[in-house]
Amino acid sequence: MKIHEYQAKQLFKAYNVPVPDGNVAFSVDEAKKTAADLGGFPVVVKAQIHAGGRGKGGGVKLAASMEEVETHAREILGMTLFTHQTGPEGRLVKKLLVEAGQKIKKELYLSLLVDRATASIVIMISQDGGMDIEEVAAKTPERIIKIHVDPLMGIQGYQLRQAGFALELPSAAMKLFSGLLLNLYKFFIANDCSMVEINPLILTSDDKVLALDAKVDFDSNALYRHRELMDLRDLDEENPLEVEASKYNLNYINLDGNVGNIVNGAGLAMATMDIIKNAGATPANFMDVGGGATSEQVENAFRIILADDKVKAILINIFGGILRCDNFAQGVVDAAKKTGINIPVVVRMEGTNVEKGKKILSDAKLNLTTAVDLFDAAQKIAAAVN
Amino acid sequence: MSIFINKDTKVLVQGITGNEGSFHTRGCLEYGTNIVAGVTPGKGGQKMDDVSVFNTVQKAVEETGATASLIFVPPPFGADAIMEAADSGVDLIVAITEGIPILDMVKVKHFLATKNCRLIGPNCPGIITPDECKIGIMPGKIHKRGNIGVVSRSGTLTYEVVDQLTKLGMGQSTCIGIGGDPVNGTNFIDVLDAFQKDDETHGIVMVGEIGGSAEEEAACFIKEKLTKPVVGFIAGLTAPPGRRMGHAGAIISGSSGTGTAKIAAFKENGIFVCENLGQIGQVCKDIF
Repeated sequence: MKIHEYQAKQLFKAYNVPVPDGNVAFSVDEAKKTAADLGGFPVVVKAQIHAGGRGKGGGVKLAASMEEVETHAREILGMTLFTHQTGPEGRLVKKLLVEAGQKIKKELYLSLLVDRATASIVIMISQDGGMDIEEVAAKTPERIIKIHVDPLMGIQGYQLRQAGFALELPSAAMKLFSGLLLNLYKFFIANDCSMVEINPLILTSDDKVLALDAKVDFDSNALYRHRELMDLRDLDEENPLEVEASKYNLNYINLDGNVGNIVNGAGLAMATMDIIKNAGATPANFMDVGGGATSEQVENAFRIILADDKVKAILINIFGGILRCDNFAQGVVDAAKKTGINIPVVVRMEGTNVEKGKKILSDAKLNLTTAVDLFDAAQKIAAAVN
Repeated sequence: MSIFINKDTKVLVQGITGNEGSFHTRGCLEYGTNIVAGVTPGKGGQKMDDVSVFNTVQKAVEETGATASLIFVPPPFGADAIMEAADSGVDLIVAITEGIPILDMVKVKHFLATKNCRLIGPNCPGIITPDECKIGIMPGKIHKRGNIGVVSRSGTLTYEVVDQLTKLGMGQSTCIGIGGDPVNGTNFIDVLDAFQKDDETHGIVMVGEIGGSAEEEAACFIKEKLTKPVVGFIAGLTAPPGRRMGHAGAIISGSSGTGTAKIAAFKENGIFVCENLGQIGQVCKDIF
C-alpha cells in the first residue's frame, strides 16, 4: 500500500527522521496559511499524488513570496499531472505539501527494501541523488552501494558508518546521518514496509541531513497488524473499479484493452492475458477470482468487468482445482440473470466437476460460446472483438 | 524414483481442523497420502475423521514419526507454524498459506538456515508424486505417473500445464509449486538440481512469471549443470509495471523482473521457450 509524501514525512517525524518543516494543504487558502506559519521564504509547493516524476510534470514549484504561493497553489491544485508513472490518463491533484525551502549543498540517495534473492533488508545509497535511480543503476552501477542487513541481527553500527563514509559526508553530518539511517531502519521494520525511498536526501549548507522527499510502500499482507496505517489509504489514488473489487477480495487490475477476462489463480490469469494478446486482441483487465471463489464472488467479478465501458467481450478461463466448475457456473448464471450480459462471452472450463458446470451453463440457455481448450478460447475471443 | 516425497512419506497437517485444512486433508487421504497426524493447538486428543490431532508438532512427530508437515494455518500464524515444524525435526515442510508478511518470511528463511529441513512455499499448491503421494491442494486426478518433472511459481497455471501433458500421454515424475511469494523456501535451482539427479525424470517443464530474478538465475544454472531438456514458460508478458499481479512476488519493479528479460535469459541458456500456454503440451511432446 502506497501513501503520500506528506503522510510519509509525518511518520518519519515520529521516528526522528529529519524532514523540512511543512504541512498538507487541501485548498489555496490552506496553502497560504501554511506558508505564513513557516515564517519565511522560499517555500516549496508540491503536488501530492502516488506517482514519481512530479517535478518534471510541473507539480513542484518554488515560491519566493506569498503571491507566488497563491499562484502556484492555484495552478497545481486541480491540475491533471502527467508523469512517467501516472500513465496516459494522468492524475488529478487534490492536495499539496507546502514546506520550507532548503539550502542544498549536496543531493544524495537512500532507500531500504527487502531483497528477494538474499531474504534480507538491503540499504541502497548513492551520491547521485535527485536523479532517476534506475538510470544511475543502468549507466553507472558502481555509483550505487548496497549494504545487506541480517534481519535477525538488525542494522549494526559499522553498517551505519559504511553508509556514511560511502556518501563522503563531512564529519559534522556523519552523526546526524547515522541517527537518520538507524531511525529509518527502525521505522521500516516496525511498520512492515516493503520499500522506503528518500530521493533526494539532502546535505544542507549548514551540514544537516534531511529527507527532502519520501516514498513509502507497506507490505499489504502485514496491514492486519497495523490498523492505524490503513487510515492512510487514499481511495482517490486508486481506480474505482479496483476499489470495488477489493471489497470482495477479488484480485482485479484495470487495463486499457477491450477483452475482459475472469480467471482463477494469479499465474493462470496472467497467462490468459498473454494469450489474449497473442491471439491479436488486448486484455481489459487482470482478474483472479482466487482458488476458492464463491458464486457470489464470481457474480461480483462479472458485474465489475461489465461496468468497464471498454470491455467488448469476456473470456472466462477456469481450471477447477479447489474451485469447482459447477459453483463457478452457477455464479455466471446468477450474474447473467441479475445484470444481463449483452456482449459476447467465451467460456473455457476444465477440472473438478466440469461436466456439471457445463450442464448448468447449457441449461441456463445463456448466449455463451464454449471453447474446447485454451488455444480455441483465444481464437474465439479474438474473432469476437476484431 | 521421484524427488522429495514418495509413498513412504509420513505427513502431518498443521491446521487440520480448519475448513481448508480438513477439506484438503481428505483430498490427500483419498489420493493415498499417508497422513499420520494433525495439529491444532487446544484440540489435542480429538480426531479429524480417523486422523489423531495433537496440540504441538513436536508431540505429533514423537508419537507418529511424521517426516513431513503440510501447513494450512492463517497468514498471521504462518511463520510461527513453519518454525514450529522446522524445530520438530521433520524433513519437509509444505506451506500452502497465502499472505504471510514478507518480513516474517525473511526471518523464517534465516531461521531455516540453521535447521536441516526443506520448505516448499509458502503461497503454493504443494508437491505431488503421481500415484504415490500428494502433499498439497492440486487436483490429483489430472496427474499421471511418468518422466516429466514440473516446477512452477503458480497453482492453477501448473494444473493447466499438467493437464495438457497428461492428455498427450506424458506423465510426471514429480510436480512442485514453489509458490508466488517474493521470499520462499525451495527455489527453482533446488528443484532443477533434484530433477537432474533423479533417474525417473527425463525432461523438465519450468513455469515462471514476472517479478524478481529467480528465472534468470535458474536459466544460468540450467546451462551450467543440466543435461536434461527443459521447456520454459513465463506468465505476465502483458502485465503493467509497478502492479502486483495477484501473487505478492509477481511485480515488475522499475525495469527489473520483466517477462521479456526472463524469456531472453531462457533462450540464451538453451531452454526451449513456449510462448503460448495453449500449446505447451504440444511443445513438450515435440521436444521430450
